[in-house]
Amino acid sequence: MAELQISGVEKVYPNGFKAIHGVDLEVADGEFIVLVGPSGCGKSTLLRMIAGLETVSAGTIRIGDRVVNELEPADRDIAMVFQNYALYPHMSVYQNMAYGLRNRGFPKAAIEERVQKAAGILQLGGLLDRRPRQLSGGQRQRVAMGRAIVREPSAFLFDEPLSNLDAKLRVQMRVEIKQLQRRLGTTSVYVTHDQIEAMTMADRLVVMNAGVAEQIGSPIDLYDRPSTVFVGGFIGSPAMNFLPGRVEPDGRHLELAGGLRLALPAEGRHADPGRLVTVGVRPEHLVPTGDTASPLRIEVKLVEHLGADTIVYGTCSAIDAAEGSGLMTLRLNGHHLPAMGEMIGLGADPADLHLFDAATGKRI
Amino acid sequence: MVENRPWLNLISHVVLLLGVAVVVFPLWVTVVSSTHRGIDLMSAPIPMWFGDQFLANYTRMLTAGMDSVAGQPLGLMLFNSLVMALTIALGKIAISLTAAFAICYFRFPLRMTCFWIIFITLMLPVEVRILPTYEVVANVLTPLRKLLGLFGYEADEVVLLGMTIDLNLSMLDSYTGLTLPLIASATATFLFRQFFLTVPDELTEAARIDGAGPMKFFRDILLPLSRTNIAALFVILFIYGWNQYLWPLLITTKPEYVTIVMGIQRMVNVADTEPQWHLVMTATVLAMLPPVIIVVAMQRLFVKGLVETEK
Amino acid sequence: MNKRVTFKSQWLPYALLAPQLAITLVFFIWPASQALYQSVLRQDAFGLRTEFVGLENFAALLADPLYLESFHVTIAFSVGVAAVSMSASLLLAVMADRVIKGATAYKTLLIWPYAVAPAVAGVLWFFMFNPTIGINAWILRTLFGYDWNHTLDGGDAMILVVVAAAWKQVSYNFLFFLAGLQAIPRSLIEAAAIDGASPTKRFWTIVFPLLSPTTFFLLVVNVVYAFFDTFGIIHATTSGGPANSTTTLVYKVYADGFVGLDLGGSAAQSVILMAIVVALTVVQFRYIERRVEY
Repeated sequence: MAELQISGVEKVYPNGFKAIHGVDLEVADGEFIVLVGPSGCGKSTLLRMIAGLETVSAGTIRIGDRVVNELEPADRDIAMVFQNYALYPHMSVYQNMAYGLRNRGFPKAAIEERVQKAAGILQLGGLLDRRPRQLSGGQRQRVAMGRAIVREPSAFLFDEPLSNLDAKLRVQMRVEIKQLQRRLGTTSVYVTHDQIEAMTMADRLVVMNAGVAEQIGSPIDLYDRPSTVFVGGFIGSPAMNFLPGRVEPDGRHLELAGGLRLALPAEGRHADPGRLVTVGVRPEHLVPTGDTASPLRIEVKLVEHLGADTIVYGTCSAIDAAEGSGLMTLRLNGHHLPAMGEMIGLGADPADLHLFDAATGKRI
Repeated sequence: MVENRPWLNLISHVVLLLGVAVVVFPLWVTVVSSTHRGIDLMSAPIPMWFGDQFLANYTRMLTAGMDSVAGQPLGLMLFNSLVMALTIALGKIAISLTAAFAICYFRFPLRMTCFWIIFITLMLPVEVRILPTYEVVANVLTPLRKLLGLFGYEADEVVLLGMTIDLNLSMLDSYTGLTLPLIASATATFLFRQFFLTVPDELTEAARIDGAGPMKFFRDILLPLSRTNIAALFVILFIYGWNQYLWPLLITTKPEYVTIVMGIQRMVNVADTEPQWHLVMTATVLAMLPPVIIVVAMQRLFVKGLVETEK
Repeated sequence: MNKRVTFKSQWLPYALLAPQLAITLVFFIWPASQALYQSVLRQDAFGLRTEFVGLENFAALLADPLYLESFHVTIAFSVGVAAVSMSASLLLAVMADRVIKGATAYKTLLIWPYAVAPAVAGVLWFFMFNPTIGINAWILRTLFGYDWNHTLDGGDAMILVVVAAAWKQVSYNFLFFLAGLQAIPRSLIEAAAIDGASPTKRFWTIVFPLLSPTTFFLLVVNVVYAFFDTFGIIHATTSGGPANSTTTLVYKVYADGFVGLDLGGSAAQSVILMAIVVALTVVQFRYIERRVEY
């Protein structure tokens, strides 16, 4: 068990493409860190650099108290779970799990003990003699984890392990992995593109975008105070609504497109008058006012009934239809049946408004 | 098929049966003729059904051979063919596996050069370079001698570190000479390279994390996965080695190195007399037996390997 | 195409490649370069002196009627073998693709000639066409009144070697045609049937065009086979005769080089053969690169 330190790490490919632009991250011992972001953001690259499967162009990576930049993956005391499991097809489950230990010269008895223990934890007992092709997706996933567990490494690295499973299995495995990690207490770095997975599993999240770590923090921190437009829009489902606007001369109100006016949240009051901003508000924080003449109102275009919630999409003059879907999203608890074309007036608590600079996307 | 056309089905079967008949007829004639006495085969039409000389002919050929051609017993010839076929098949597979592994899984200067050098061999079948290859086999050190010749050194020996090294190393009339020049082949290397490219990269990465170096990876993971390809190639290369003709013809003069395919030719091309057909046919059956058995027994594997080698 | 993940090592790849490279250099590259070198030399009658004669050997070859004749023989031979072998195997493959019962049995019975050595195949047909006792010769004589004698008639000799070579090659072509046929999606044929095409029409307008990559590939392979692998057949049966009527290019290289001991001429012939192989291989690979998936 050890901590992981990533300082100023960069990755530049031979063709000049810069995949990672200086990431700093400190992972405490036993912590479950999730790297999340859209495709191509560099999260897998970062993970593979920690593993030693990609070289580091600049910066250092420390595992425990060692700088591991130059070490081979086998010498870094890490174990990895791959997206496609990477199980050796011609070996039995037992042999798959034992391979790493065999190469390190472990005596047979020790191997037997560790494999049996891992098999017990993962409920693979009856499958030890089977070949991977005889197993289901979920079982293969567990074997891949078993292979990592028997090594008792300083850190686990997960590369989108649940992407190939069907939705229901994914939810179940999420819980299992998290419980397993708690039980073993091993420092873990987990990569996923699914923000729900990230939110539910992480002790802390790292949201990445185009090779940069936009924000690092606990799930709730990221939810309550996203530091950039990107993070705001990425975390939380349905996604946050964004409204372009400007700070009014009086410094206490916002003018939105379409002539709407809102009161500024307290923390935004220091912003200069006339500044162009982007206002973010989550669908669950919009409250119907019952007054169809409210400054913020939508015309219902689409309704999704999820049972526990109802999602309403509508056009709003405050949103520029040229950007994105041009639809405002509203989340209501329980069953609701708004009619098509119905106008719904909305309001929001100023404390629930997020203010971002229109140009940089950074929180004000 | 798509519709039900009984006439077409009938015709299909008839055509196929005819085809099979034409293809199998020579075999039938051969086997039948090998069971007769010599005089039965001296006038047309020769018998089309089995005779009674099966044991007599076969034991004679296996043990004593055909005296009129200073015959070697077929047993020896079969053995030579076997040695040649096995050595070539196993040798080619071993060398190509390691070469393909090196080309696929390593980055090193001269990688592409090596690749092209191997590729060129595809365009140089032995029939195209027989004389000079013969020359090299006659004295493997020929290139070295020519090199020394450039510097004016013409002697037959060289003294190095107090030892006299004879600059003549002949591989004629030897198993090495029969097999070594045929062992480097591009087709097997390409097949393995093609296959290795389909092995998922993650397997390699997982093996690296599991502490396996390149040779461990090769032995523990790559080889077991290549089993089917190796088996299919073995069939094809065994047949190739067994049926070699031109090369053994050139480099063997001593009778004890004659392979069975060559032996048959010698029995047929006798000057002045008619070949002893019943004995020739016996030899032919024996010559065909091992490869045919292997092909038929491993039919599925062999077909798969053949169709994939050429693509 | 390269693998993304590779190992790092300074010496291992070279060690792994060494055996193949060593053999290739000693037994392939060196002799090939020697052939090139010798083709521009000529030895005098006693083998005492060699002189550089530039392209004279080549010019002499191209003016030599015997050499040109062997060119003709080779082309006629190749065309004969390719035509006979490919049409027969295509027919058999199409029929085999249709039948369900006994498919494996037919397949087994049709592919075994692949295992037979060309030389042995030659001997088999040589035996069957033997003017005195050969069964086929007898059939031709009694049923058709044709007096077969390949030791005297060049045409008969050519037919003999073509038949022997084609017989052997049918199994190889059959396998590839069958694989090619089975790769054609059933849905295409069914769509054509619904469109009202009869089986014959379906074959010529849909199946055959879709089979063209395989056909082309086999054509090249058959030509290469006819050029090079058939030495055994000719040497074991007709020895290039009668009167050079079955002397192919490869056979001539052997005859002139080993028996006639004409180094320069034989080397020049080898070089020309090399050029032909290179051209054929390039064609084959280029075409394979452009195989279209359907």
